[in-house]
Amino acid sequence: MLLTACRNKGERLKVNGERTLESDPAQMTYRINPNTGDKVSLLGFGMMRLPTTATGSARENSDAPIDQEAVNEMVDYALAHGVNYFDTSPVYCQGRSEEATGIALSRHPRNSYFIATKLSNFSEGAWPRKESQTMFERSLEYLRTDYVDYLLLHSIGGGARGKDAFETFNARYMDNGILDWLVEQKRKGRIRNLGFSYHGDIRIFDMLLRWHDEGKYHWDFVQIQLNYLDWHYAKRNNPRNTNASYLYDELAKRGIPGVIMEPLLGGRLAKQPTHILKEMKRADINATPAEWAFRYAGTPEKILTVLSGMTYMEHLKENCCTYSPLRPITAEEDALLMHLADEICDLNAIPCTACNYCMPCPYGLNIPAIFSHYNNMLTENNVPAKRWLNGYNRAVPRERQADHCIGCDHCIPHCPQRIRIPEEMQKIDNLVEQLKQS
Amino acid sequence: MLRKIRIIFAALFYIAVTLLFLGVSWHINLWLGWVAKIQFLPALMALDFGVLAGLIILTLLFGRLYCSIICPLGVMQDIFAWFGRKAKKNRYSYSPEKKWLRYSVLAVFVLCLIIGFAPVTTLLAPYSAYGRIINSLFRPLYDLLINGLAAIESNFDSYLFSEAEIWMRSVTTFVVALLTLGVLGVLAWRNGRTYCNTVCPVGTILSFFARFSLIRIQINEDKCRKCSLCAKNCKAAAIDFKSGTVDLTRCVVCGDCIDKCNDGAISYAVKVKGERLKVKGDEPASPDRRAFLTGAALAVGTAAMAQAKIKVDGGLAEIEDKVAPHRETPLTPPGSVSARNMQRHCTACQLCVSACPNNVLRPSSDPLRFMQPEMSFERGYCRPECTRCSQVCPTGAIQAIQQEDKHFIHIGHAVWLEQNCIPVTNGDHCGACAKHCPEDAIQMVEHTTADGRTVLVPAIDNERCTGCGKCEHLCPARPFSAIYVEGNSTHQIH
Repeated sequence: MLLTACRNKGERLKVNGERTLESDPAQMTYRINPNTGDKVSLLGFGMMRLPTTATGSARENSDAPIDQEAVNEMVDYALAHGVNYFDTSPVYCQGRSEEATGIALSRHPRNSYFIATKLSNFSEGAWPRKESQTMFERSLEYLRTDYVDYLLLHSIGGGARGKDAFETFNARYMDNGILDWLVEQKRKGRIRNLGFSYHGDIRIFDMLLRWHDEGKYHWDFVQIQLNYLDWHYAKRNNPRNTNASYLYDELAKRGIPGVIMEPLLGGRLAKQPTHILKEMKRADINATPAEWAFRYAGTPEKILTVLSGMTYMEHLKENCCTYSPLRPITAEEDALLMHLADEICDLNAIPCTACNYCMPCPYGLNIPAIFSHYNNMLTENNVPAKRWLNGYNRAVPRERQADHCIGCDHCIPHCPQRIRIPEEMQKIDNLVEQLKQS
Repeated sequence: MLRKIRIIFAALFYIAVTLLFLGVSWHINLWLGWVAKIQFLPALMALDFGVLAGLIILTLLFGRLYCSIICPLGVMQDIFAWFGRKAKKNRYSYSPEKKWLRYSVLAVFVLCLIIGFAPVTTLLAPYSAYGRIINSLFRPLYDLLINGLAAIESNFDSYLFSEAEIWMRSVTTFVVALLTLGVLGVLAWRNGRTYCNTVCPVGTILSFFARFSLIRIQINEDKCRKCSLCAKNCKAAAIDFKSGTVDLTRCVVCGDCIDKCNDGAISYAVKVKGERLKVKGDEPASPDRRAFLTGAALAVGTAAMAQAKIKVDGGLAEIEDKVAPHRETPLTPPGSVSARNMQRHCTACQLCVSACPNNVLRPSSDPLRFMQPEMSFERGYCRPECTRCSQVCPTGAIQAIQQEDKHFIHIGHAVWLEQNCIPVTNGDHCGACAKHCPEDAIQMVEHTTADGRTVLVPAIDNERCTGCGKCEHLCPARPFSAIYVEGNSTHQIH
């Protein structure tokens, strides 16, 4: 089943004619970073959903130890198949991602890969100048290197509790002079490219690009969310968001390379309802939904790399195949995907990518698991109440379900997708009540 | 023949009652709920004269068949006794009736019944003792099995089984059930129906009628060779083979003696006055075994499978378990009229506890209401659409109500505790209680705290509050909720 994923792309045939998921490293598509001339693989390895020794990734099962052996294997495989961009952060996997990434990468020559990490802004305790500097130094330590290839201001555009996006940005990066300090580190060669990742309030994005135009700060790259749903329809399920087409165009006209995140929307685009899958399969019987999504995200030419948070070797292999080489989306295929995006929006799913930034909820809710169950049930037609509720109880323990949301709103500023989480919880609870009384 | 028929009927009744207590399916309660309602003491408590008259007529006609077929505790003892006889053949012997014990226990029982001293009546009630054994000891095993099956089926995208929460509803009731099972098990294993013929108040009451029974076990002196096999196999110790008499007050009409007698000297037939009975030669005893019955027992005891533990994400806040508040007046379910009515009528059989799908009912540990059900909301609340406890109750302690009635029955009223309330303690905006109240009895109003902050806190309308406990259950304050339900001594109807 997985083998078929490689047809039409980096697929190779074994002697006996069976297909194999092994891609040809020589075929990997690379993009050139105009600032440094870096030749970056179109597939970037996101280290946010690392495998654990228990079930699931460190995202769903953050208690479980990271399976370093599996991480090493996947990193080795990625490097051997042409992947050379690795994106981590001090907050991923409960703060264990950088170290695991460092262990795996340091087994290879330093010039064979690029490391991206971030100056994160999750807790206000990390905001003062000294703490921020420590965060950067610790990243170098964990990553076992003395320079970072790509450093990002993490997730700008969000608002901390009680602050709007501007206040948050200023308090985090400007008032403490940390952005200037990072520029200084870049001059010293400890940072090769300086950029930011963006979610949220579009005015911050516009302001930072204006600074770029004015020569106040130079952005070597910018990380944005791009996929065939967000290209035109970002506002359909969430009016507070911005279309990826706008973000990409703004970067492209300035010649700023874009790094793409959420090409699969946290896996949502990989699992499609049957009627949508059918349309995809009609167009290409062998292609998986994930392959469509990756091809779409990699097609715009000013894109440097497309990040995929891969937990399983099979995902890595399939993605390597998809980009070895990339077959750009044709005009006809683009029309199909836009049509499908329209249908997917009609499902009215909650646009959660299970990034877990909202967690932990102080009142114990498992927010991503609740949304994930709700969305899963949407993709199936006429789910019987028993199946809905039994599945709900299995996916989320009763005391962590939607009815326990008190509407304290702590989660709202954390959500990069700007979901009004308490409102959605109320909606889900109403549905559950309806099902229980039926 | 008698024995075979008795075993078949006993097995059917026994399995039915057991399924009720295991909470296998609500449909079973709907179809077979009557087997609980024809139990003697529950019918007495419910003043169901139809059932009582029926059972007395049954006994006047056929003897204490009730004890061998309908009473699940009696059948359970028969199962133990069967194993006892497997271990040692011909183990029983005749013993005279212990009248002083039977009658004094009955007297105490009746007295406690009249003055409403529940601990004694609930402890002695045979059907309820059985209910507690199944509910406290075997229900968790059954739930484990279901959870195991659910864990397995979840691999196949199947959703037939609903996971149950397995929890200790009451330690004291668990211990009582365990002791009952242990004592009765040993007694039955060694001596058969000792309990039924010395302690059980229902057995004693029925014995008054059984002595006049029309159809009875009797020995044909002409055929009897005084071999003593019947007496050695009478688990009621009721056959005095020397004098050729059967103590009808203790005989539970099991028919074992008829099958054991090699001479066809024992029969179950209409009593004929004045002349010796002419008895047809019964066919020789066949060594049939109660495989059916044993099968049922094994099904109940089937060991459970390991339950798959629910994973906990490290990104999850720890949740402290809720602790039940102290309630001045105990909360009893809608339909139970008042705590006093519950105390007077309930035999603590646990059928309502078994039937409660919301983990609200549990046996009380209060000595005066010992093992009788009470409500608390740590694991769920009394859902508006559910009336199950009122439908299953065989004693009339919880009278049948309709879903629409619940809106008008006020079993308690909510009480707010400022010192626990989240907006007061940590300043977070809350309102969970107001948002969820099904009766709109709570609204959030401004309130100035001791330190001068103005926060929104719940204001309760006692006229609207029915005491369902949803607010208490969903209140985020832990371990003690900031809003809890205090019972109304008599349920208010308005």
